[in-house]
Amino acid sequence: MLPRPGTAPPALLNRLLEDERSLAYLLLTPTIVLLALFIAYPFVLGTWLAVSSTTVGVAGHFVGFKNFAKAWDDSIFRTAAFNTFLYTGVTTVFKLALGIWLAVLLNRHFYGKRLIRAFVLLPFIIPTVLSTFAWKWMFDPTFSVINWALWKLDLITMRINWLGDPYLSLASVMIVNVWRGVPFYAISLLAGLQTISPELHEAAAIDGANAWQRFWRVTWPLLLPVTMVVVLFSVIQTFADFQLVYVLTGGGPANATHLFATYAYQIGVGTGLLSEGAAISLAMFPVLFLVVVLQLWYIRRVETR
Amino acid sequence: MIEGGRGKRWAYFSCPLFVFIVALLFPFYWMLVTTFRPDGELYRPWNRPNYTPFWTTNPTLEHIYYLFRETLFSAWLWNTMFIAIVSTMISLFCGLLAGYALARLRFRLAGGLGTSIFVTYLVPPTLLFIPLADIIRTFRLADTPWALILTYPTFLIPFCTWLLMGYFKTIPKELEECARIDGASRVQAMVKIIFPIATPGILSAGIFAFTLSWNEFIYALVFINTPQQKTVPVGVVSELIRGDVFFWGPLMAGALLGSIPVALIYSFFVEHYVAGLTGSVKG
Repeated sequence: MLPRPGTAPPALLNRLLEDERSLAYLLLTPTIVLLALFIAYPFVLGTWLAVSSTTVGVAGHFVGFKNFAKAWDDSIFRTAAFNTFLYTGVTTVFKLALGIWLAVLLNRHFYGKRLIRAFVLLPFIIPTVLSTFAWKWMFDPTFSVINWALWKLDLITMRINWLGDPYLSLASVMIVNVWRGVPFYAISLLAGLQTISPELHEAAAIDGANAWQRFWRVTWPLLLPVTMVVVLFSVIQTFADFQLVYVLTGGGPANATHLFATYAYQIGVGTGLLSEGAAISLAMFPVLFLVVVLQLWYIRRVETR
Repeated sequence: MIEGGRGKRWAYFSCPLFVFIVALLFPFYWMLVTTFRPDGELYRPWNRPNYTPFWTTNPTLEHIYYLFRETLFSAWLWNTMFIAIVSTMISLFCGLLAGYALARLRFRLAGGLGTSIFVTYLVPPTLLFIPLADIIRTFRLADTPWALILTYPTFLIPFCTWLLMGYFKTIPKELEECARIDGASRVQAMVKIIFPIATPGILSAGIFAFTLSWNEFIYALVFINTPQQKTVPVGVVSELIRGDVFFWGPLMAGALLGSIPVALIYSFFVEHYVAGLTGSVKG
Protein backbone atom coordinates (compact mmCIF):
# COMPACT_ATOMS: atom_id res chain seq x y z
CA MET A 1 0.00 0.00 0.00
CA LEU A 2 2.91 2.36 0.65
CA PRO A 3 4.05 4.43 -2.33
CA ARG A 4 7.33 2.97 -3.52
CA PRO A 5 10.22 5.36 -3.99
CA GLY A 6 10.83 6.13 -7.65
CA THR A 7 7.28 5.51 -8.85
CA ALA A 8 5.22 8.63 -8.21
CA PRO A 9 1.71 7.52 -7.24
CA PRO A 10 -1.11 9.13 -9.19
CA ALA A 11 -2.47 12.22 -7.52
CA LEU A 12 -6.04 10.92 -7.55
CA LEU A 13 -5.15 7.83 -5.54
CA ASN A 14 -3.24 9.99 -3.08
CA ARG A 15 -6.23 12.25 -2.63
CA LEU A 16 -8.51 9.25 -2.09
CA LEU A 17 -6.15 7.82 0.51
CA GLU A 18 -5.96 11.13 2.36
CA ASP A 19 -9.72 11.55 2.53
CA GLU A 20 -11.13 9.97 5.67
CA ARG A 21 -14.32 8.72 4.06
CA SER A 22 -12.93 7.23 0.89
CA LEU A 23 -10.03 5.64 2.79
CA ALA A 24 -12.52 4.01 5.15
CA TYR A 25 -14.52 2.50 2.29
CA LEU A 26 -11.33 1.37 0.57
CA LEU A 27 -10.13 -0.38 3.73
CA LEU A 28 -13.48 -2.07 4.19
CA THR A 29 -13.75 -3.30 0.60
CA PRO A 30 -12.01 -6.71 0.97
CA THR A 31 -14.09 -7.53 4.05
CA ILE A 32 -17.36 -6.45 2.47
CA VAL A 33 -16.67 -8.34 -0.76
CA LEU A 34 -15.86 -11.59 1.06
CA LEU A 35 -18.78 -11.36 3.45
CA ALA A 36 -21.22 -10.38 0.71
CA LEU A 37 -20.08 -13.27 -1.48
CA PHE A 38 -20.02 -15.98 1.19
CA ILE A 39 -22.60 -14.84 3.77
CA ALA A 40 -25.14 -12.48 2.22
CA TYR A 41 -25.38 -14.25 -1.14
CA PRO A 42 -25.72 -17.76 0.40
CA PHE A 43 -28.40 -16.37 2.66
CA VAL A 44 -30.40 -15.07 -0.29
CA LEU A 45 -29.78 -18.27 -2.24
CA GLY A 46 -30.72 -20.35 0.81
CA THR A 47 -34.01 -18.49 1.11
CA TRP A 48 -34.68 -19.12 -2.58
CA LEU A 49 -33.79 -22.82 -2.20
CA ALA A 50 -36.12 -23.11 0.76
CA VAL A 51 -39.11 -21.89 -1.23
CA SER A 52 -38.29 -23.81 -4.42
CA SER A 53 -38.03 -27.46 -5.43
CA THR A 54 -34.30 -27.77 -6.19
CA THR A 55 -32.46 -31.07 -5.92
CA VAL A 56 -28.84 -31.80 -6.82
CA GLY A 57 -28.41 -31.17 -10.54
CA VAL A 58 -32.06 -30.21 -11.09
CA ALA A 59 -33.06 -26.55 -11.09
CA GLY A 60 -36.27 -25.99 -9.17
CA HIS A 61 -39.25 -23.71 -9.46
CA PHE A 62 -41.12 -21.68 -6.85
CA VAL A 63 -43.26 -23.80 -4.52
CA GLY A 64 -44.00 -21.38 -1.69
CA PHE A 65 -43.92 -22.79 1.81
CA LYS A 66 -44.33 -26.40 0.70
CA ASN A 67 -40.91 -27.44 2.02
CA PHE A 68 -41.64 -25.97 5.43
CA ALA A 69 -45.07 -27.58 5.51
CA LYS A 70 -43.53 -30.92 4.56
CA ALA A 71 -40.93 -30.56 7.30
CA TRP A 72 -43.60 -29.74 9.83
CA ASP A 73 -45.53 -32.91 8.93
CA ASP A 74 -42.34 -34.94 9.29
CA SER A 75 -42.10 -36.57 12.71
CA ILE A 76 -38.29 -36.72 12.53
CA PHE A 77 -38.20 -32.95 11.96
CA ARG A 78 -40.41 -32.41 14.97
CA THR A 79 -38.20 -34.65 17.08
CA ALA A 80 -35.17 -32.71 15.83
CA ALA A 81 -36.81 -29.40 16.74
CA PHE A 82 -37.74 -30.66 20.19
CA ASN A 83 -34.25 -32.11 20.69
CA THR A 84 -32.58 -28.85 19.67
CA PHE A 85 -34.52 -26.82 22.23
CA LEU A 86 -34.04 -29.41 24.96
CA TYR A 87 -30.35 -29.80 24.15
CA THR A 88 -29.76 -26.03 24.19
CA GLY A 89 -31.76 -25.45 27.36
CA VAL A 90 -30.37 -28.27 29.47
CA THR A 91 -26.72 -27.90 28.46
CA THR A 92 -26.80 -24.11 28.91
CA VAL A 93 -28.00 -24.43 32.50
CA PHE A 94 -25.29 -26.97 33.32
CA LYS A 95 -22.54 -25.11 31.48
CA LEU A 96 -23.41 -21.89 33.27
CA ALA A 97 -23.62 -23.42 36.74
CA LEU A 98 -20.45 -25.51 36.40
CA GLY A 99 -18.67 -22.73 34.53
CA ILE A 100 -19.26 -20.20 37.30
CA TRP A 101 -18.24 -22.72 39.90
CA LEU A 102 -14.99 -23.49 38.10
CA ALA A 103 -14.34 -19.78 37.50
CA VAL A 104 -14.74 -19.04 41.21
CA LEU A 105 -12.35 -21.90 42.05
CA LEU A 106 -9.77 -20.69 39.55
CA ASN A 107 -10.04 -17.14 40.84
CA ARG A 108 -8.39 -18.16 44.15
CA HIS A 109 -4.69 -18.13 44.73
CA PHE A 110 -3.00 -21.50 44.62
CA TYR A 111 0.21 -23.11 43.50
CA GLY A 112 0.36 -23.89 39.78
CA LYS A 113 -2.58 -21.63 38.96
CA ARG A 114 -1.39 -20.59 35.50
CA LEU A 115 -0.68 -24.16 34.46
CA ILE A 116 -4.05 -25.41 35.68
CA ARG A 117 -5.81 -22.59 33.90
CA ALA A 118 -4.03 -23.44 30.66
CA PHE A 119 -5.00 -27.11 30.98
CA VAL A 120 -8.61 -26.35 31.80
CA LEU A 121 -9.15 -24.75 28.41
CA LEU A 122 -7.96 -27.83 26.47
CA PRO A 123 -11.44 -29.30 25.79
CA PHE A 124 -12.34 -26.03 24.10
CA ILE A 125 -9.28 -25.68 21.87
CA ILE A 126 -8.74 -29.29 20.77
CA PRO A 127 -10.68 -29.99 17.55
CA THR A 128 -14.16 -30.93 18.72
CA VAL A 129 -14.54 -33.80 16.31
CA LEU A 130 -11.35 -35.43 17.54
CA SER A 131 -12.14 -35.14 21.24
CA THR A 132 -15.67 -36.33 20.53
CA PHE A 133 -14.16 -39.50 19.08
CA ALA A 134 -12.42 -40.09 22.39
CA TRP A 135 -15.85 -39.83 24.03
CA LYS A 136 -17.36 -42.19 21.49
CA TRP A 137 -14.69 -44.70 22.43
CA MET A 138 -15.39 -44.09 26.11
CA PHE A 139 -19.10 -44.72 25.42
CA ASP A 140 -18.36 -47.91 23.42
CA PRO A 141 -21.06 -50.52 24.04
CA THR A 142 -18.61 -53.30 24.94
CA PHE A 143 -15.39 -51.64 25.98
CA SER A 144 -16.65 -48.49 27.69
CA VAL A 145 -14.19 -47.35 30.34
CA ILE A 146 -16.99 -45.42 32.05
CA ASN A 147 -18.98 -48.62 32.44
CA TRP A 148 -15.90 -50.40 33.71
CA ALA A 149 -15.29 -47.72 36.34
CA LEU A 150 -18.93 -47.68 37.46
CA TRP A 151 -18.93 -51.47 37.61
CA LYS A 152 -15.73 -51.57 39.64
CA LEU A 153 -17.26 -49.05 42.04
CA ASP A 154 -20.31 -51.34 42.34
CA LEU A 155 -22.60 -48.63 41.03
CA ILE A 156 -23.94 -50.71 38.15
CA THR A 157 -24.43 -54.42 37.56
CA MET A 158 -25.18 -54.30 33.84
CA ARG A 159 -23.59 -52.48 30.95
CA ILE A 160 -25.06 -49.07 30.17
CA ASN A 161 -25.58 -48.72 26.42
CA TRP A 162 -24.70 -45.02 26.32
CA LEU A 163 -25.34 -44.45 22.64
CA GLY A 164 -27.84 -47.22 21.94
CA ASP A 165 -30.91 -45.99 23.75
CA PRO A 166 -32.80 -42.95 22.36
CA TYR A 167 -33.04 -41.04 25.66
CA LEU A 168 -29.70 -42.06 27.00
CA SER A 169 -27.92 -41.18 23.76
CA LEU A 170 -29.34 -37.65 23.83
CA ALA A 171 -28.14 -37.39 27.42
CA SER A 172 -24.70 -38.66 26.35
CA VAL A 173 -24.49 -35.99 23.66
CA MET A 174 -25.44 -33.40 26.27
CA ILE A 175 -22.70 -34.62 28.60
CA VAL A 176 -20.08 -34.14 25.90
CA ASN A 177 -21.44 -30.71 25.04
CA VAL A 178 -21.25 -29.63 28.68
CA TRP A 179 -17.73 -31.04 28.92
CA ARG A 180 -16.64 -29.02 25.91
CA GLY A 181 -18.48 -25.84 26.92
CA VAL A 182 -17.60 -25.51 30.60
CA PRO A 183 -14.01 -24.32 29.95
CA PHE A 184 -15.26 -21.55 27.67
CA TYR A 185 -17.72 -20.35 30.31
CA ALA A 186 -15.16 -20.69 33.10
CA ILE A 187 -12.35 -18.80 31.38
CA SER A 188 -14.63 -16.03 30.07
CA LEU A 189 -16.28 -15.60 33.46
CA LEU A 190 -12.91 -15.75 35.19
CA ALA A 191 -11.90 -12.68 33.16
CA GLY A 192 -15.05 -11.02 34.47
CA LEU A 193 -14.34 -12.10 38.04
CA GLN A 194 -10.85 -10.64 37.92
CA THR A 195 -12.28 -7.18 37.30
CA ILE A 196 -14.24 -7.34 40.58
CA SER A 197 -12.24 -5.71 43.34
CA PRO A 198 -11.52 -8.06 46.29
CA GLU A 199 -12.18 -5.11 48.60
CA LEU A 200 -15.90 -5.43 47.88
CA HIS A 201 -15.79 -8.99 49.19
CA GLU A 202 -13.81 -7.97 52.24
CA ALA A 203 -16.26 -5.18 52.99
CA ALA A 204 -19.19 -7.57 52.66
CA ALA A 205 -17.43 -10.12 54.87
CA ILE A 206 -16.79 -7.51 57.55
CA ASP A 207 -20.48 -6.67 57.41
CA GLY A 208 -21.17 -10.31 58.26
CA ALA A 209 -22.08 -11.80 54.87
CA ASN A 210 -21.20 -15.48 54.47
CA ALA A 211 -19.62 -16.91 51.31
CA TRP A 212 -22.96 -17.77 49.73
CA GLN A 213 -24.39 -14.30 50.39
CA ARG A 214 -21.20 -12.69 49.13
CA PHE A 215 -21.54 -14.61 45.88
CA TRP A 216 -25.20 -13.73 45.26
CA ARG A 217 -25.10 -10.12 46.51
CA VAL A 218 -21.68 -9.00 45.29
CA THR A 219 -20.22 -11.30 42.63
CA TRP A 220 -23.31 -12.28 40.67
CA PRO A 221 -24.71 -8.76 39.99
CA LEU A 222 -21.28 -7.51 38.91
CA LEU A 223 -20.72 -10.57 36.75
CA LEU A 224 -24.13 -10.40 35.08
CA PRO A 225 -23.14 -8.35 31.98
CA VAL A 226 -20.31 -10.76 31.06
CA THR A 227 -22.54 -13.73 31.87
CA MET A 228 -25.29 -12.49 29.57
CA VAL A 229 -22.94 -12.13 26.62
CA VAL A 230 -21.29 -15.50 27.22
CA VAL A 231 -24.67 -17.25 27.51
CA LEU A 232 -26.05 -15.66 24.35
CA PHE A 233 -22.91 -16.62 22.43
CA SER A 234 -23.05 -20.14 23.68
CA VAL A 235 -26.79 -20.48 23.01
CA ILE A 236 -26.21 -19.63 19.35
CA GLN A 237 -23.39 -22.15 19.06
CA THR A 238 -25.31 -24.88 20.86
CA PHE A 239 -28.54 -24.31 19.00
CA ALA A 240 -26.73 -24.66 15.68
CA ASP A 241 -24.52 -27.55 16.83
CA PHE A 242 -23.65 -30.28 14.38
CA GLN A 243 -20.36 -32.00 15.13
CA LEU A 244 -21.17 -33.71 18.41
CA VAL A 245 -24.31 -35.42 17.17
CA TYR A 246 -22.78 -36.22 13.79
CA VAL A 247 -19.85 -38.04 15.39
CA LEU A 248 -21.48 -39.59 18.45
CA THR A 249 -24.80 -40.87 17.15
CA GLY A 250 -25.19 -39.73 13.55
CA GLY A 251 -28.73 -38.76 14.54
CA GLY A 252 -29.55 -42.31 15.60
CA PRO A 253 -30.66 -44.60 17.08
CA ALA A 254 -33.70 -44.53 14.77
CA ASN A 255 -33.34 -40.76 14.12
CA ALA A 256 -33.99 -40.02 17.80
CA THR A 257 -31.10 -37.64 18.41
CA HIS A 258 -31.17 -35.35 15.36
CA LEU A 259 -30.76 -31.62 15.78
CA PHE A 260 -31.80 -29.09 13.13
CA ALA A 261 -28.31 -29.00 11.66
CA THR A 262 -27.72 -32.75 11.47
CA TYR A 263 -31.15 -33.39 10.00
CA ALA A 264 -30.61 -30.63 7.43
CA TYR A 265 -27.32 -32.32 6.53
CA GLN A 266 -28.94 -35.72 6.19
CA ILE A 267 -31.70 -34.40 3.91
CA GLY A 268 -29.75 -31.74 2.02
CA VAL A 269 -26.40 -33.46 1.54
CA GLY A 270 -27.10 -37.12 2.29
CA THR A 271 -30.24 -37.41 0.16
CA GLY A 272 -29.51 -34.49 -2.18
CA LEU A 273 -32.84 -32.75 -1.55
CA LEU A 274 -31.26 -29.29 -1.50
CA SER A 275 -34.49 -27.37 -1.05
CA GLU A 276 -35.80 -29.40 1.82
CA GLY A 277 -32.41 -29.35 3.53
CA ALA A 278 -32.17 -25.58 3.13
CA ALA A 279 -35.66 -25.19 4.58
CA ILE A 280 -34.75 -27.29 7.61
CA SER A 281 -31.59 -25.33 8.31
CA LEU A 282 -33.41 -22.01 7.76
CA ALA A 283 -35.91 -23.14 10.39
CA MET A 284 -33.15 -22.27 12.88
CA PHE A 285 -33.17 -18.68 11.68
CA PRO A 286 -36.04 -17.18 13.75
CA VAL A 287 -34.53 -18.34 17.03
CA LEU A 288 -30.99 -17.29 16.06
CA PHE A 289 -32.34 -13.93 14.90
CA LEU A 290 -34.10 -13.41 18.21
CA VAL A 291 -30.95 -14.22 20.19
CA VAL A 292 -28.84 -11.88 18.05
CA VAL A 293 -31.34 -9.03 18.47
CA LEU A 294 -31.39 -9.66 22.19
CA GLN A 295 -27.61 -9.59 22.28
CA LEU A 296 -27.34 -6.36 20.27
CA TRP A 297 -29.96 -4.73 22.46
CA TYR A 298 -28.16 -5.83 25.60
CA ILE A 299 -24.74 -4.64 24.44
CA ARG A 300 -26.21 -1.29 23.47
CA ARG A 301 -27.89 -0.96 26.85
CA VAL A 302 -24.71 -1.80 28.74
CA GLU A 303 -22.68 0.61 26.62
CA THR A 304 -25.02 3.54 27.04
CA ARG A 305 -25.40 3.09 30.76
CA MET B 1 -10.11 -13.84 50.45
CA ILE B 2 -11.01 -15.04 53.87
CA GLU B 3 -9.88 -18.63 54.36
CA GLY B 4 -11.35 -21.21 56.66
CA GLY B 5 -9.48 -24.14 58.16
CA ARG B 6 -7.60 -26.77 56.23
CA GLY B 7 -10.49 -29.22 56.07
CA LYS B 8 -12.78 -26.54 54.80
CA ARG B 9 -10.33 -25.58 52.10
CA TRP B 10 -10.10 -29.20 51.07
CA ALA B 11 -13.86 -29.67 50.86
CA TYR B 12 -14.72 -26.41 49.15
CA PHE B 13 -11.68 -25.92 47.01
CA SER B 14 -9.12 -28.66 46.41
CA CYS B 15 -11.55 -31.52 46.07
CA PRO B 16 -13.96 -29.88 43.57
CA LEU B 17 -11.08 -28.45 41.56
CA PHE B 18 -9.47 -31.87 41.39
CA VAL B 19 -12.72 -33.45 40.17
CA PHE B 20 -13.11 -30.74 37.53
CA ILE B 21 -9.60 -31.24 36.23
CA VAL B 22 -9.86 -35.02 36.08
CA ALA B 23 -13.20 -34.82 34.28
CA LEU B 24 -11.96 -32.23 31.80
CA LEU B 25 -8.69 -33.97 31.00
CA PHE B 26 -9.57 -37.64 31.19
CA PRO B 27 -10.68 -37.97 27.53
CA PHE B 28 -7.25 -36.74 26.43
CA TYR B 29 -5.53 -39.21 28.72
CA TRP B 30 -7.72 -41.92 27.28
CA MET B 31 -6.68 -40.91 23.74
CA LEU B 32 -3.05 -41.16 24.81
CA VAL B 33 -3.38 -44.59 26.41
CA THR B 34 -5.36 -45.99 23.50
CA THR B 35 -2.82 -44.71 20.99
CA PHE B 36 -0.03 -46.76 22.56
CA ARG B 37 -2.03 -49.84 23.53
CA PRO B 38 -1.72 -52.93 21.33
CA ASP B 39 -4.89 -54.23 19.69
CA GLY B 40 -4.83 -57.40 21.76
CA GLU B 41 -5.27 -55.35 24.91
CA LEU B 42 -7.78 -52.88 23.44
CA TYR B 43 -10.51 -55.39 22.81
CA ARG B 44 -10.27 -57.45 25.94
CA PRO B 45 -13.26 -58.19 28.14
CA TRP B 46 -13.40 -56.59 31.58
CA ASN B 47 -13.40 -59.70 33.68
CA ARG B 48 -10.06 -60.93 32.39
CA PRO B 49 -7.37 -61.18 35.06
CA ASN B 50 -4.65 -58.52 34.99
CA TYR B 51 -6.99 -56.05 33.28
CA THR B 52 -5.26 -52.70 33.56
CA PRO B 53 -7.38 -50.14 31.74
CA PHE B 54 -5.48 -47.01 32.78
CA TRP B 55 -2.05 -47.94 31.50
CA THR B 56 -0.44 -50.53 29.32
CA THR B 57 2.41 -52.88 30.07
CA ASN B 58 3.60 -53.26 26.49
CA PRO B 59 3.22 -49.95 24.65
CA THR B 60 3.34 -50.05 20.87
CA LEU B 61 3.75 -47.62 17.99
CA GLU B 62 1.83 -49.81 15.54
CA HIS B 63 -1.20 -47.49 15.40
CA ILE B 64 0.95 -44.49 14.58
CA TYR B 65 2.85 -46.46 11.91
CA TYR B 66 -0.45 -47.60 10.46
CA LEU B 67 -1.69 -44.01 10.37
CA PHE B 68 1.27 -42.73 8.39
CA ARG B 69 1.83 -45.76 6.16
CA GLU B 70 -1.64 -47.01 5.34
CA THR B 71 -3.68 -43.81 5.43
CA LEU B 72 -3.41 -40.29 4.02
CA PHE B 73 -2.96 -38.80 7.47
CA SER B 74 0.17 -36.84 6.57
CA ALA B 75 -1.62 -35.31 3.57
CA TRP B 76 -4.52 -34.29 5.81
CA LEU B 77 -2.12 -32.71 8.29
CA TRP B 78 -0.49 -30.72 5.51
CA ASN B 79 -3.85 -29.66 4.02
CA THR B 80 -5.16 -28.51 7.38
CA MET B 81 -1.98 -26.58 8.11
CA PHE B 82 -1.97 -24.90 4.70
CA ILE B 83 -5.68 -23.99 4.82
CA ALA B 84 -5.48 -22.72 8.40
CA ILE B 85 -2.43 -20.55 7.72
CA VAL B 86 -3.67 -19.00 4.48
CA SER B 87 -7.20 -18.33 5.73
CA THR B 88 -5.78 -16.82 8.93
CA MET B 89 -3.54 -14.51 6.88
CA ILE B 90 -6.43 -13.39 4.70
CA SER B 91 -8.62 -12.81 7.73
CA LEU B 92 -5.94 -10.87 9.59
CA PHE B 93 -5.33 -8.67 6.56
CA CYS B 94 -9.04 -7.92 6.09
CA GLY B 95 -9.67 -7.63 9.82
CA LEU B 96 -6.79 -5.19 10.34
CA LEU B 97 -7.97 -2.85 7.60
CA ALA B 98 -11.64 -3.09 8.51
CA GLY B 99 -10.99 -2.81 12.25
CA TYR B 100 -8.87 0.29 11.69
CA ALA B 101 -11.51 1.90 9.51
CA LEU B 102 -14.34 1.17 11.94
CA ALA B 103 -12.44 2.20 15.05
CA ARG B 104 -10.51 5.25 13.92
CA LEU B 105 -12.10 6.81 10.84
CA ARG B 106 -15.29 8.84 10.82
CA PHE B 107 -17.70 8.07 8.02
CA ARG B 108 -21.44 7.88 7.66
CA LEU B 109 -21.98 4.12 7.58
CA ALA B 110 -19.51 3.27 10.37
CA GLY B 111 -22.17 2.30 12.90
CA GLY B 112 -24.27 0.30 10.47
CA LEU B 113 -21.32 -1.57 8.98
CA GLY B 114 -19.88 -2.30 12.41
CA THR B 115 -23.17 -3.81 13.53
CA SER B 116 -23.57 -5.90 10.37
CA ILE B 117 -20.05 -7.29 10.70
CA PHE B 118 -20.86 -8.19 14.29
CA VAL B 119 -24.04 -9.92 13.15
CA THR B 120 -22.17 -12.01 10.56
CA TYR B 121 -19.87 -13.03 13.41
CA LEU B 122 -22.90 -14.63 15.05
CA VAL B 123 -24.04 -16.52 11.94
CA PRO B 124 -23.27 -20.19 12.58
CA PRO B 125 -21.83 -22.14 9.61
CA THR B 126 -24.63 -24.71 9.91
CA LEU B 127 -27.19 -22.11 8.84
CA LEU B 128 -25.71 -21.59 5.38
CA PHE B 129 -23.78 -24.71 4.42
CA ILE B 130 -26.31 -26.00 1.87
CA PRO B 131 -26.57 -22.86 -0.32
CA LEU B 132 -22.85 -22.26 0.20
CA ALA B 133 -22.09 -25.75 -1.15
CA ASP B 134 -24.11 -24.85 -4.23
CA ILE B 135 -22.12 -21.62 -4.68
CA ILE B 136 -18.84 -23.48 -4.24
CA ARG B 137 -19.92 -25.88 -7.00
CA THR B 138 -20.89 -22.98 -9.27
CA PHE B 139 -17.49 -21.35 -8.77
CA ARG B 140 -15.84 -24.73 -9.49
CA LEU B 141 -14.05 -24.60 -6.15
CA ALA B 142 -15.39 -27.89 -4.79
CA ASP B 143 -12.71 -30.40 -3.81
CA THR B 144 -9.96 -27.75 -3.76
CA PRO B 145 -8.38 -26.16 -0.69
CA TRP B 146 -9.67 -22.80 -1.96
CA ALA B 147 -13.23 -23.81 -1.12
CA LEU B 148 -12.18 -23.67 2.53
CA ILE B 149 -9.58 -20.91 2.31
CA LEU B 150 -12.21 -18.54 0.92
CA THR B 151 -15.09 -19.56 3.19
CA TYR B 152 -13.30 -19.79 6.54
CA PRO B 153 -12.72 -16.01 6.54
CA THR B 154 -16.50 -15.56 6.76
CA PHE B 155 -16.35 -16.47 10.42
CA LEU B 156 -12.72 -15.39 11.01
CA ILE B 157 -12.86 -11.84 9.59
CA PRO B 158 -15.75 -10.68 11.80
CA PHE B 159 -13.94 -12.04 14.82
CA CYS B 160 -10.58 -10.45 13.88
CA THR B 161 -12.25 -7.14 13.03
CA TRP B 162 -14.13 -7.07 16.29
CA LEU B 163 -11.10 -7.94 18.39
CA LEU B 164 -8.77 -5.48 16.61
CA MET B 165 -11.36 -2.70 16.80
CA GLY B 166 -11.14 -3.02 20.56
CA TYR B 167 -7.35 -2.65 20.39
CA PHE B 168 -7.41 0.29 18.00
CA LYS B 169 -9.92 2.16 20.15
CA THR B 170 -7.51 2.18 23.10
CA ILE B 171 -4.69 3.85 21.13
CA PRO B 172 -4.75 7.62 21.68
CA LYS B 173 -5.55 9.77 18.65
CA GLU B 174 -2.59 12.07 19.39
CA LEU B 175 -0.08 9.44 18.28
CA GLU B 176 -1.43 9.47 14.79
CA GLU B 177 -1.82 13.22 14.73
CA CYS B 178 1.85 13.71 15.66
CA ALA B 179 2.92 11.46 12.80
CA ARG B 180 0.68 13.35 10.38
CA ILE B 181 2.11 16.70 11.51
CA ASP B 182 5.56 15.27 10.83
CA GLY B 183 4.43 14.71 7.24
CA ALA B 184 3.24 11.09 7.21
CA SER B 185 0.26 10.28 5.04
CA ARG B 186 -2.82 8.63 6.55
CA VAL B 187 -1.76 5.25 5.24
CA GLN B 188 1.79 5.66 6.54
CA ALA B 189 0.52 6.65 9.97
CA MET B 190 -1.73 3.62 9.99
CA VAL B 191 0.86 1.08 8.88
CA LYS B 192 3.90 2.47 10.69
CA ILE B 193 2.40 3.85 13.90
CA ILE B 194 -0.88 2.15 14.70
CA PHE B 195 -0.38 -1.40 13.42
CA PRO B 196 2.86 -2.01 15.38
CA ILE B 197 1.17 -0.88 18.60
CA ALA B 198 -1.62 -3.35 17.97
CA THR B 199 0.80 -6.30 17.66
CA PRO B 200 -0.49 -8.13 20.77
CA GLY B 201 -4.00 -7.83 19.39
CA ILE B 202 -2.89 -9.11 15.99
CA LEU B 203 -1.18 -12.06 17.64
CA SER B 204 -4.27 -12.89 19.72
CA ALA B 205 -6.56 -12.66 16.72
CA GLY B 206 -4.15 -14.76 14.65
CA ILE B 207 -3.81 -17.56 17.21
CA PHE B 208 -7.52 -17.69 17.77
CA ALA B 209 -8.31 -17.66 14.05
CA PHE B 210 -5.76 -20.42 13.43
CA THR B 211 -7.31 -22.74 16.02
CA LEU B 212 -10.81 -21.95 14.74
CA SER B 213 -9.90 -22.91 11.19
CA TRP B 214 -7.98 -25.98 12.35
CA ASN B 215 -11.12 -27.13 14.18
CA GLU B 216 -13.67 -26.32 11.49
CA PHE B 217 -15.68 -29.33 10.45
CA ILE B 218 -18.93 -28.91 8.53
CA TYR B 219 -17.64 -26.85 5.58
CA ALA B 220 -14.71 -29.23 5.18
CA LEU B 221 -17.09 -32.19 5.35
CA VAL B 222 -19.46 -30.82 2.73
CA PHE B 223 -17.10 -29.09 0.28
CA ILE B 224 -14.36 -31.72 0.05
CA ASN B 225 -14.88 -35.27 -1.17
CA THR B 226 -11.53 -36.50 -2.46
CA PRO B 227 -9.64 -38.32 0.33
CA GLN B 228 -6.33 -36.62 -0.61
CA GLN B 229 -7.84 -33.15 -0.17
CA LYS B 230 -9.44 -33.68 3.24
CA THR B 231 -8.54 -31.95 6.49
CA VAL B 232 -7.60 -33.83 9.67
CA PRO B 233 -11.03 -33.71 11.38
CA VAL B 234 -12.88 -34.85 8.26
CA GLY B 235 -10.25 -37.40 7.25
CA VAL B 236 -10.27 -39.04 10.67
CA VAL B 237 -14.08 -39.19 10.70
CA SER B 238 -14.61 -40.49 7.19
CA GLU B 239 -11.53 -42.50 6.23
CA LEU B 240 -10.52 -44.37 9.38
CA ILE B 241 -13.81 -46.22 9.67
CA ARG B 242 -14.39 -49.14 7.36
CA GLY B 243 -18.11 -49.73 7.08
CA ASP B 244 -19.29 -50.09 10.63
CA VAL B 245 -15.94 -51.12 12.07
CA PHE B 246 -14.08 -48.63 14.21
CA PHE B 247 -10.31 -49.14 14.42
CA TRP B 248 -9.92 -47.43 17.75
CA GLY B 249 -6.12 -47.59 17.90
CA PRO B 250 -5.48 -45.61 14.71
CA LEU B 251 -8.52 -43.44 15.39
CA MET B 252 -7.20 -42.33 18.75
CA ALA B 253 -3.70 -41.95 17.33
CA GLY B 254 -5.17 -39.71 14.63
CA ALA B 255 -7.12 -37.71 17.19
CA LEU B 256 -4.01 -37.31 19.34
CA LEU B 257 -1.65 -36.32 16.52
CA GLY B 258 -4.30 -34.09 14.94
CA SER B 259 -4.62 -32.20 18.20
CA ILE B 260 -0.92 -31.73 18.86
CA PRO B 261 -0.31 -28.80 16.45
CA VAL B 262 -3.13 -26.73 17.98
CA ALA B 263 -2.12 -27.74 21.48
CA LEU B 264 1.50 -26.72 20.81
CA ILE B 265 0.58 -23.33 19.41
CA TYR B 266 -1.83 -22.85 22.27
CA SER B 267 0.80 -23.75 24.86
CA PHE B 268 3.19 -21.13 23.49
CA PHE B 269 0.59 -18.38 23.42
CA VAL B 270 -1.83 -19.21 26.25
CA GLU B 271 -2.08 -15.62 27.41
CA HIS B 272 -2.72 -14.33 23.90
CA TYR B 273 -5.27 -17.03 23.30
CA VAL B 274 -7.13 -16.22 26.48
CA ALA B 275 -7.02 -12.52 25.61
CA GLY B 276 -8.52 -13.39 22.23
CA LEU B 277 -11.20 -15.55 23.79
CA THR B 278 -12.27 -13.03 26.39
CA GLY B 279 -11.97 -10.19 23.88
CA SER B 280 -14.25 -12.06 21.54
CA VAL B 281 -17.09 -12.13 24.04
CA LYS B 282 -16.52 -8.72 25.58
CA GLY B 283 -17.66 -7.03 22.35
